[in-house]
Amino acid sequence: MFKKLNNIGDCGIVCDFGEEVNREINSNVIKLFHHIKEKVLDGSLKGIVNYTPSYNKLIINFDLDKINSYKIIDFLKSVDFSKLNLFQKSKKWTIPICYDFEIDLGNISKILKMEKEEIINIHLNTNFFIYMVGFIPGHPFMGDLNPKLFLNRLKTPRVKIPPGSVGIVEKFCNIYPYESPGGWNIIGRTPTKLFNKENEIRPCLLSPGDTVKFKLISKKEFGKLANE
Amino acid sequence: MSNYFFEVLRPGINTTFQDKGRFHMQHLGVTPGGCMDLDAFLIANALVENSPNEGVLEFAYQGPLLKLIKGKTKIAITGNVLFQIIKPDQDILKGECNRTYTLDEGDQVNILATQESVYGYMALEGGFDLKPFCKSVSILSRAQIGPNEGKKIKISDQIKIKVNRKNKKIFLCEIEKKNKKIIRVLKGSQFDYFSKESQKDFFTKEYKISNLTDRMGMRLEGTHIKNIVSTNIRSEGITKGAIQVPADGQPIVLLTDHPTIGGYPKIANVTSVDYNQLIQKIPGKKISFELIKLHEAEQLYKEHLNSISKIIKNITEIN
Repeated sequence: MFKKLNNIGDCGIVCDFGEEVNREINSNVIKLFHHIKEKVLDGSLKGIVNYTPSYNKLIINFDLDKINSYKIIDFLKSVDFSKLNLFQKSKKWTIPICYDFEIDLGNISKILKMEKEEIINIHLNTNFFIYMVGFIPGHPFMGDLNPKLFLNRLKTPRVKIPPGSVGIVEKFCNIYPYESPGGWNIIGRTPTKLFNKENEIRPCLLSPGDTVKFKLISKKEFGKLANE
Repeated sequence: MSNYFFEVLRPGINTTFQDKGRFHMQHLGVTPGGCMDLDAFLIANALVENSPNEGVLEFAYQGPLLKLIKGKTKIAITGNVLFQIIKPDQDILKGECNRTYTLDEGDQVNILATQESVYGYMALEGGFDLKPFCKSVSILSRAQIGPNEGKKIKISDQIKIKVNRKNKKIFLCEIEKKNKKIIRVLKGSQFDYFSKESQKDFFTKEYKISNLTDRMGMRLEGTHIKNIVSTNIRSEGITKGAIQVPADGQPIVLLTDHPTIGGYPKIANVTSVDYNQLIQKIPGKKISFELIKLHEAEQLYKEHLNSISKIIKNITEIN
């Protein structure tokens, strides 16, 4: 299953699943992520402090005082992927979006030679899969968008993007949890809070492996939901 | 719960509460964070007889000026720090690191500067009264996570103290000062992305620590490192101490508050044993890197932890 298992520093291991970015490879990354997380949280795998999935890799960080890489690699080699279920631990989310808050739809429409409505329809009809969450707290990287909507990053990233902004680049879609700089093409905004500091148990709404579908809302509904 | 507290008369440049860090959340985009210098942190807590993961105040360069408005407490300051205790009658006591001081109502702690180092720590007997977020009191100011609304300490803040002082015993310990110029590293995940010449340069030439250095990363200046494969890689999880080289060929060491994922090739990774040495170096200092093997790094770290345990075991009471 692994293409490579390597050490990264003296307290990390990289599980490399291959070069491609696709759902199949990422599904295996996420399966292993869920498996390790479960083992760590139920106490049967001690000394592991973080497990970070990305498109094609899982990085495991551990406390060198409690465990070493040889023991973790032995564990990894014993994992039977055929017994791991991807969707058992994944959630399905519906996230409201208001396209009236777009910044780039006009420009995208010109670049792609498509009507705004068509772009919106493709986006609404996409069943997104969360490849990874990160860079900043709660920030999801979702795919796969129809190749018809393939766009590059903005040449000059914006200094400030409002929180909740939904962006697209290549085959991916993201949501900015905070006001932050960014180079994605902004097509709308959601009132849903992706990271809630008041929620100690589950501060982050979305997890790698979850699926997301967007639901169209009006400006008025956006205002109502944002105030809830 | 007590109502004892310090008032912040001067916040210092970058003063935050920190503990070991916040774990099991990197997959959600939350970096572990925690104290930059874990040795100084552990020793500070041990001196005031706290549990090893009690939150402390971390400061960089210029520290805070704190006035004990109400209560009695005991503190310990670790690192290489210039500080004073100012009594209500304006009597000034020159502070010594790695020992405890008892403070009474009206006393001030004036943390002037870290000397030939970046980070210093102040631990308080019984700990600061802080609200943890996801089991940690570490402040991640970039994401505004942690106590004090996730923000750095500012002027007029009240810093609450959990318990009143138990006794007036004074404790101290001996710490040998280290100032290593050579930082030991392991090969990075994309070591082969760099030309043979650059690989050699990286381990033989000196690199200067630039001013663009904070809790998140340390930018180095020196011989250009040439990438012969690709200057971008697929974003992947990041580990503390990873040394990445972006397209400009100047290495960046990713430090305690590193982003959770990132996409530059990594030439090397700082060993756990030398990490605390590295982060204490001030901008302008020159360092060089030495490649060692994984088993050596593990052994050296084990020995290092033993030496810290020994320092803690040898804490003595003075009369």
